Amino acid sequence: MSTYTTNATPDAAQGVASGLSEPRAGLIEDQPRGEGAGAAFGVTSTPGAASAASALQSTRLSSLDTLESEAIHIIREVVAEFEKPALLFSGGKDSVVMLHLATKAFWPGKVPFPVLHVDTGHNFPEVIDFRDRTVERLGLKLVVGSVQEFIDSGELAERADGTRNPLQTVPLLDAIQKNKFDAVFGGGRRDEDKARAKERILSLRDEFGQWDPRNQRPELWNLYNGRHTVGQHVRAFPISNWTELDIWRYIERENIELPGLYYAHEREVFARDGMWRAVGEVSQPLPNEEVITKLVRYRTVGDMSCTGAVESDARTVADVVVEVAASTLTERGATRADDRISEAAMEDRKKDGYF
Amino acid sequence: MSTETLAAGLETALPTTLFRFATAGSVDDGKSTLVGRLLHDSKAILSDTLDAVARTSADRGFGGEKGGIDLALLTDGLRAEREQGITIDVAYRYFATDRRSFILADCPGHVQYTKNTVTGASTADAVVVLIDARKGVLEQTRRHLSVLQLLRVAHVIVAVNKVDLVDFSEQVFRDIEADVQKVARELGLGREDSNAGGVTDLFVVPVSALDGDNVVDRSERTPWYTGPALLEVLESLPAADELEAELESFRFPVQLVIRPQGALAPDAVAAGLDVEAYRDYRAYAGQITEGSVKVGDEVSVISPGHEPRTTTVIGIDFAGQSLDEAAAPQSVAVRLADEIDIARGDTIAAAGTVRESTADLYASLAWLSPKPLREGQKVLVKHGTRTVQALVRNVTGKLDLATFNVEPASNLELNDIGHAQLRLSAPLPLENYLHHRRTGAFLVIDPIDGNTLAAGLVKDHPGDHEDERYVI
Repeated sequence: MSTYTTNATPDAAQGVASGLSEPRAGLIEDQPRGEGAGAAFGVTSTPGAASAASALQSTRLSSLDTLESEAIHIIREVVAEFEKPALLFSGGKDSVVMLHLATKAFWPGKVPFPVLHVDTGHNFPEVIDFRDRTVERLGLKLVVGSVQEFIDSGELAERADGTRNPLQTVPLLDAIQKNKFDAVFGGGRRDEDKARAKERILSLRDEFGQWDPRNQRPELWNLYNGRHTVGQHVRAFPISNWTELDIWRYIERENIELPGLYYAHEREVFARDGMWRAVGEVSQPLPNEEVITKLVRYRTVGDMSCTGAVESDARTVADVVVEVAASTLTERGATRADDRISEAAMEDRKKDGYF
Repeated sequence: MSTETLAAGLETALPTTLFRFATAGSVDDGKSTLVGRLLHDSKAILSDTLDAVARTSADRGFGGEKGGIDLALLTDGLRAEREQGITIDVAYRYFATDRRSFILADCPGHVQYTKNTVTGASTADAVVVLIDARKGVLEQTRRHLSVLQLLRVAHVIVAVNKVDLVDFSEQVFRDIEADVQKVARELGLGREDSNAGGVTDLFVVPVSALDGDNVVDRSERTPWYTGPALLEVLESLPAADELEAELESFRFPVQLVIRPQGALAPDAVAAGLDVEAYRDYRAYAGQITEGSVKVGDEVSVISPGHEPRTTTVIGIDFAGQSLDEAAAPQSVAVRLADEIDIARGDTIAAAGTVRESTADLYASLAWLSPKPLREGQKVLVKHGTRTVQALVRNVTGKLDLATFNVEPASNLELNDIGHAQLRLSAPLPLENYLHHRRTGAFLVIDPIDGNTLAAGLVKDHPGDHEDERYVI
């Protein structure tokens, strides 16, 4: 797999071209304003659904092109309207796609904001390595908020279950405040969870970083209202409308590099909570948990102490696209212990200021 | 489906297109069940979610005599909503068929229905309005259709639900269908010769969300209905962007200027970008809101305080690709022949197609805030990529959504739709919403707390009767 590139792959270029190169039947250039445009709109539309669709085949963008265009529009809006944005970057696939979209949005210029990583101290080493290489390659500034430092200073306490994902909120808010970030890009998607299904693309956070789902601004057309007062900040989710499969199809189409653990590899694992957990410094089997070597891959990459692997022989991105399309489990259901804490685990974390 | 057959399918399939639709309905008309049925029958629900719903159905004793699962639980949302048994907010759902990826804005019906319907409809290519076959067209239905007409939603599909409870009676369906068409005529909705623009397609489909009749597959229990099932309609309708790319003139609000000077992307340079050639690179980034543009096209640049300036498009760039042509809704960067001072907030448009900018704004406002609108109030107006101050000069009327009459009013409250005249602090290239769904839309924002107060739709100037109360 090659590195991440802003020069589109031949496939991507072809995709765009084939969407546009066909002659556009019925295109009226310089449509006079006023009645004419309205009348044309009415008259040309066909009541028969099937015939209307076939007449329009030549001009349509693919769903990935439409989603990409929407995300780039949002990224540019936030950069234009905010003083100091930052992008949450964990090295996970969603944040990698986010960064790729940002490189495309500002080409040939540099991505004009820093990336922020909240380090649980329980990361997969290869993901941290990937993070550092990516930041270096794109010439970005990396800001790190450390869960470990907060535990060491006594501002956070280790949880009984050892999971550090919920502990990320405090260092995250601290980093936002200290760096005066007024907008923070996240790779959250609405298909991930029922709390995220109700999240806005631009989502206001109060002085405590809290999300108030009952008091959200209506999101109208493609006009995003990011106004906020001192102390408040905005979370921006440009890939809100992408599904897990969209993400993988896009990674395939754009030839985007990911940490290797997203692809099938041999790993020492043990079974816990119906998931395969990696053996590592912070993830040790109990005496009754048998360690075996299995061919696995990760569908999500988070805190090593709560992220499970799935059995898989998908060694390439094309294999993964096929696997995800056929999957019968949601990615969080399959691989995240922290979302099994309760029916409203994500909702509770989000209200407190989580991603 | 085995992995092998799926892989083969993926290779041969055409790229899918994106289609956004919203649902609107009244209390208890089975909207949640319909949404659940669409997700379930299109196989969008994965087994862990289905298991959770089945467990909850059993725990709560739902699922009915058939002992099945309560499909409405598939769209169950936040804890606060479960505790109160209501839906608070628009929820977004995702599913796909071989032909299309769908984004569904699931809008709650009973609380703040106008706010939610306006929100869902503003981005929707189609809206599915539910009617309970036992109840027929209600006042709420009229209100929903009225909002959809106002927002110029491209397609409306009326789903007459619970036809199983009226014994699949053709007569009941035909009566409701006739009522819907009567309301549509009154509204100027679904009429091709309508001056009101608005909705162009209207479909009426008999369904049973509970049993799945005519939702994904055509039902044998409604032999008198020969039209397509609901999902077939959704799969085949053109998206609003496709219509706008085809039929309207090029409009491109400038989001920002890309002028990297020394700060070229290091990865692009490493991949061989010619540093010297890009030293003076300058392009205008944005999303095409309607129409299309080709290299060589003459365009007008609309900026406040300037006469429109005409120049030529010399390049359309997208992340290292040079395009000959681009269309709505693509995000691109446009290069122009002449060095003109252009900034965020300016609009690039097909030459000679935009009328003079104006500081007098006549509009319909869908009021979405608990803070009422008063005459004399100062607000912010966000239009395209510009935000300006505005003074509410007067409220000229309020729409009675049930009768479609405009009544006198001097203020607007939550869920009201009314007409108002505003004076802007700077002229904007306003266009009539009827013909320009993007450049005719704006937000009204509270300058104090920054909240969105209203969805605004630009109307034509009333011309010589500027100071009179007017009705459109």
